[in-house]
Amino acid sequence: MVATNQYVADSATLLEIYKRAALLKANDERARKVILSGQIAMVYYSYRGQEIIPSVMGQLLRDDDTICTIYRGIHDMLGKGFPLRPLWAELAGRVTGSCKGKGGPMHLTYPPKGIMVTTGIVGSSAPIANGLAWAAQLDKSDRVSVCTFGDGASNIGAVHEAMNLASIWKLPTIFVCQNNLFAEHTTFEKMTGGQNIAGRAAGYGMPGVRVNGNDPEEMYSAFAQAVARARAGEGPTLLECMTFRFFGHNFGDDDSYIPKDQKAAAMEADPVPALRARLIADRIASEHELAAIEADIEAQIDDALEFALASPWPEPDDLRFDVFEKEIAA
Amino acid sequence: MSAEKAAKPKVSIIAAISKAYQDIFAEDPKVITLGEDLADPEGGGIAKITKGLSTSFGDDRVRSTPISEQAIMGAAIGASLAGYKPIAEIMLMNFTTVAMDMIVNHAAKLRFMSGGQTSVPIVIRTMTGLGYGSGGQHCDYLETWFAHTAGIKVCAASTPEDAYGLLRSAVEDPDPVIFIENLPTYHAPMAFELPDSSHRVPLGKAAIQREGSDVTLIAYARMAVEARAAAVQAAEQGVSVEVIDLRTIAPWDRETVLASARKTGRVLIAHEAVKEHGVGAEIAAVINEELFGALKKPVKRLGGAFSAVPYSKPLETAYAPDAARILAAIIELAK
Repeated sequence: MVATNQYVADSATLLEIYKRAALLKANDERARKVILSGQIAMVYYSYRGQEIIPSVMGQLLRDDDTICTIYRGIHDMLGKGFPLRPLWAELAGRVTGSCKGKGGPMHLTYPPKGIMVTTGIVGSSAPIANGLAWAAQLDKSDRVSVCTFGDGASNIGAVHEAMNLASIWKLPTIFVCQNNLFAEHTTFEKMTGGQNIAGRAAGYGMPGVRVNGNDPEEMYSAFAQAVARARAGEGPTLLECMTFRFFGHNFGDDDSYIPKDQKAAAMEADPVPALRARLIADRIASEHELAAIEADIEAQIDDALEFALASPWPEPDDLRFDVFEKEIAA
Repeated sequence: MSAEKAAKPKVSIIAAISKAYQDIFAEDPKVITLGEDLADPEGGGIAKITKGLSTSFGDDRVRSTPISEQAIMGAAIGASLAGYKPIAEIMLMNFTTVAMDMIVNHAAKLRFMSGGQTSVPIVIRTMTGLGYGSGGQHCDYLETWFAHTAGIKVCAASTPEDAYGLLRSAVEDPDPVIFIENLPTYHAPMAFELPDSSHRVPLGKAAIQREGSDVTLIAYARMAVEARAAAVQAAEQGVSVEVIDLRTIAPWDRETVLASARKTGRVLIAHEAVKEHGVGAEIAAVINEELFGALKKPVKRLGGAFSAVPYSKPLETAYAPDAARILAAIIELAK
């Protein structure tokens, strides 16, 4: 499939993908550090190890393309362009957060960049993504609707209902399964009949492709093809992007259920430094240039964190607002 | 008066809902609808409410779906996030249970959780009500579940005029609304006129369907039909009953209810849903909080039995209140 694919990430594209991946990696590292320091107390689902997938998606999507993601989805949002200040202020629960502190890390939303829904319910991104795709069809727009979910969600009914509907309505929905081999604490192998999620697409009459989600070129090629198909009105695609989650289900859990050697091997093959090394080896960028990019990212996160922590908390009275369009009477 | 009105002095609720659909689709191109069997090749829905709609307004806007309630609700939510105003039909109210995540976790909460950046202006039309011997999974009244969820409005009409006006208001409302339709009273010709297209019933506003001074009787959906009949019979026995049809169950019209309860000092609430933890409990609690000293009798509730809706006719009849039981409760209260 990939070999015959016409979509190839050139050098400039690989560098752009790296810039996003470096941001995602740095932001995750900072989030864990901030939690450990006690500066922000939050539920946090680390995506460390899965950065390449959304970095590629962000590279290929437009602002008007929409995304519905999940609680382990800050990488998806940053890849799509979620600005750091409203992101960090929301993580900190402040009124300057994108959701005024009402959503938090599991419900981050930012419509100007097409980040429409972040759900805390496994698999629920898929049915809603179809509605955004239906709207694109009605608008006669070529925008696409992406939903991301994990290997765990591929076993919940909502995802299957959504894939069937997307297929029969030829919706421009792209189902991106980030298969990190663990559904919460349980292995993909133990819980997945057929051992293959992409293969399920055949049952719904749509293309299903398994790719190495940690390989930027393979990921780019497959995702670009899915986007092109959706933009052309040819219907949905299911991508199963193989990856690995370096840490536990939620930050702070005892991840002893992840075999030590498997984890060590995955971290050894960390896709972000791998891409970095590749850029230097192929003379796409110099060590000096990449270090400057990374320093700039750290400075942007510093600024966002500082902004967040200096921002005011919401007022108790804010509970009356945004339940309905009209406020609840005091 | 239009020719239509002159020709049809009595209309059914189903005719009013069908007319509302036609008028809404003709007036607002952003309104779309989806659900099982809704389009014309499938007959225009099990009750034929949307018959003709897909032919008139196209398959893009009127879509039959697979039997996939989560997919239906998700598609409605997603389209609403992009500026459309979907009417999603979940054929029977019991089938909302398989889409509860979409309704409760998403439709109701996205506005709040996004800090007002997104909203979900959808209408969920759903049919229910006992009387057909359909047993435990096809006719429950589950309005309390939704009334208990912040972010959703719930309404139910008991007259054709209200059905038309409420549905139009629900579609125009910026928030999700569940519109409950009672199957057994769908086709009954009622002495109401089919309203013209400007008719609206504001959400959150109850109707005093009959004025009275001795007892306040609060109901909605089919129980409002039964309540009106019981009030006529009570008058024959010398008891003056004020009948209030809530029309909107959440948020309900405290002002109208409390004013009437203050006036009569005797309140009866009737609904088809199970009495325990029902809408009546909430209304009774608020009346208690606001009017403790003004009541002449404790607030009385009638509701469905604490069982599944049964199949056998005598059991089904015994399950829910009717005009006779409402009348008996009125007379008891008025003593």
